[in-house]
Amino acid sequence: MSETLLQLQGLTKAYPGVIANQDVAFDIGKSEIHALLGENGAGKSTLVKMIYGLVRPDSGKMRLFESPYAPDEPRAARAAGVAMVFQHFSLFEALNVAENIALGMENPPKSNALSARIKEVSEAYGLPLDPERLVGDLSAGERQRVEIIRCLLQDPKLLIMDEPTSVLTPQEVQTLFATLRKLKEEGTSILYISHKLEEIRDLCETATILRAGRKIATCDPREKSARELAEMMVGGTLNSAKPQQGKLGDVVLEVADLSLEPQTNFGISLKNISFSLRKGEILGIGGVAGNGQDELLACLSGEVLGAPEQIRLNRLGIGHLAPNARRSLGVLAAPEERLGHAAAPDMSLTENAMLTGMVRKDLSRSGFLDWPGARAFAEEVIETFDVRTPNAQSAARSLSGGNLQKFVIGREVLQDPSVLIVNQPTWGVDAAAAAAIHQALLDLATQGAGVIVISQDLDELMEISTNFAALNAGRLSEARPMSGLSLDEIGLLLGGADAAA
Amino acid sequence: MLRLEKRPNPSKIWAYLAPVLAVFATMIGGGLMFAALGKDPFEAIRTIFYDPLFSEFAWYYRPQLLVKGAPLIMIAIGLSMGFRAGIWNIGAEGQYIIGAICGAGAALAVYPAQSAFLFPAMICLGALGGFAWAMIPAILKTKFGTNEILVSLMLVYVAEQLLSSMSLGLLKNPEGFGFPGSRNLQQYPSAHNAELWAGTGIHMGIMFTFIAVIFAYVVLARHQMGFHIRLTGESPKAAKFAGVNPKRLVVYCLGFSGALAGLAGMFEVSGPSGQISIDFNVGYGFTAIIVAFLGRLNPIGILLAGLLMALTYIGGEIAQSSLGLPSAAIQAFQGMLLFFLLALDVLTNFKLKFASAGSRP
Repeated sequence: MSETLLQLQGLTKAYPGVIANQDVAFDIGKSEIHALLGENGAGKSTLVKMIYGLVRPDSGKMRLFESPYAPDEPRAARAAGVAMVFQHFSLFEALNVAENIALGMENPPKSNALSARIKEVSEAYGLPLDPERLVGDLSAGERQRVEIIRCLLQDPKLLIMDEPTSVLTPQEVQTLFATLRKLKEEGTSILYISHKLEEIRDLCETATILRAGRKIATCDPREKSARELAEMMVGGTLNSAKPQQGKLGDVVLEVADLSLEPQTNFGISLKNISFSLRKGEILGIGGVAGNGQDELLACLSGEVLGAPEQIRLNRLGIGHLAPNARRSLGVLAAPEERLGHAAAPDMSLTENAMLTGMVRKDLSRSGFLDWPGARAFAEEVIETFDVRTPNAQSAARSLSGGNLQKFVIGREVLQDPSVLIVNQPTWGVDAAAAAAIHQALLDLATQGAGVIVISQDLDELMEISTNFAALNAGRLSEARPMSGLSLDEIGLLLGGADAAA
Repeated sequence: MLRLEKRPNPSKIWAYLAPVLAVFATMIGGGLMFAALGKDPFEAIRTIFYDPLFSEFAWYYRPQLLVKGAPLIMIAIGLSMGFRAGIWNIGAEGQYIIGAICGAGAALAVYPAQSAFLFPAMICLGALGGFAWAMIPAILKTKFGTNEILVSLMLVYVAEQLLSSMSLGLLKNPEGFGFPGSRNLQQYPSAHNAELWAGTGIHMGIMFTFIAVIFAYVVLARHQMGFHIRLTGESPKAAKFAGVNPKRLVVYCLGFSGALAGLAGMFEVSGPSGQISIDFNVGYGFTAIIVAFLGRLNPIGILLAGLLMALTYIGGEIAQSSLGLPSAAIQAFQGMLLFFLLALDVLTNFKLKFASAGSRP
């Protein structure tokens, strides 16, 4: 790293009640892939938004190419050569790739010229993409390419990427890394936000670690172990969960030939899904989001009903039963979307405890609700799972993502399920909370419950699953013991290799 | 540039204070309007808010407050249940008419038989009529996915045609010298919804209104059905996860609001109004929508809002006759009340931001 591209000096930004960034200063060099590391709420997003002109700092200065840089809107940042790929895509599914890209440009060229440019850039950087395809038909990885190409067309000096690999398969991650390294060689700097430490050690030569809004250190991640980096992030020591190697019990849940037509225009159909789950087993279901995860969870939780024999609990057909009937039999679920699906955002934690706890916690006497009982249950969840909140009357919306996730998982675990299905249990959750959630799931399995973990995070699945199956385009591969699988084999399974066999 | 930002934990105090402030803001806004019309604003506000309660003729106006307020409150209670769940019954006016036709029709069919069972039967039929009318949008919505707002609203006009046809045909008073309108039920003792205590204005419908308020309060606060209604309104997906059957909820909510609107119509036709006539309906079903929101969809709030609305009606009439204010000014005044309430509501739930930074690309 020879020259400095962007210099941050004493950046501070406070929101009412919380200091998001305090006195943050570091440099990003030319042709450098610079990692920004930190737990949720450490201030990564705010910092990046200041660089991209979405938020104005309260104090502090930025210098780009040795001259003062203070963008007051993203357009100014883009004009100065700063581009950003967001974690959540802003694409219109009903438009094609070229149209989507044109929408984000100041002066879009004619569509033929633009399509040619898109092809040229996508080939130059190894990001195959057909400008004429509808975005609705693209995979998450391809959608991300659209966003990246949208940025590359502006010829940026600094590319900011917010958790880019959270939606990619291992092979897609390698493609992306190749692209980023090529960009770096051509002189573009990249600010790379992630919480996947192995990736950062693989890709980046400099890392800045934030904790509670302050810069903790800038270091070379290749010289540190993943554990050291994680401990700098959380400011303490970490206990990692260990899967137990006990014997599995009898089959508790059997799914046979489960198929489902798409529920919406861009929904995914499920095709002949079959598996069985034993007592004490944690079945990890991997796969990139949008391959039928939500649909599978809805079928298992009872939000979508089918024929009785498609799903059997202890040999009893339950495929036709509604969610509460399944809960009374011990089949519980925690969906991926915390706010608006697993929990009602504007309702209190007490009310959200009632949401799924009504049946098994016996909180309803001939239709009349036991609110003190619900409150006690909510407090039990808060206490047991260390949910940080003023009290059980706080609205679900007011909790941070990780805390709400602990509440949502804890709510189901404390209902003593015989089968628990969770989708993305630690998505966007910091390392300490994720470890707590993993431990709770492992304990549940040790007590003899069957657990299904649907996740995009392979590290997570490798850490806790007994068996592994991949979900690809609505098909589920055969479940195989996790311990015998290599990363390459998993990648192939995720890509759908097993489906053809 | 102005931007609205959602408050994570909206203040409880402000939520309750907003309607009170809205009333004050309406007084100021309305006073300015009355002054612009060349009337003394203080006089006008006093006439509307104070005279019906405390003037020398208050003995007449006070019972009127209950008589006018009760149907508004009863209908609004029914509507509020659905509104909370995001089920929009806009056609309470039609259900009100059908309830009245069914209740009065039952009495007129057996006229002049006297029986202690007649009035209870009319109550049941009135509720049933409103319920059945509301089932049309409910079934169309659950079976074919039609929009209940449009269907229920259009059915108001169908009900109005039916009302005209009834007052000119089937239910017309045979001794009425050819004038449109039915026999007057006030002169039919078994069917008359009479005052329970002379001079108080309290009739059976007002008792039912109080029961409806208490019933709705208990259901919302303590019962599973109320929880599911609130949950569906907050987040339909979470409600489905909690095991709520959305179609069944549509049927319950529309049915309940239809039955209450029908009841209100039945009590009105057999009591204060007395007969089925072309102009029997005076817009209670629509005003009740305002009352439901003014009362923040909360049963106790609706009780107070219904009384406040009735007060502006009665006070407005007094102001029209004694101060010569045009009726459009009174309607504008009532409109202001809703406007200020909704505006303050937005400020309770959202923060105003004066931001220069642009939004995301």
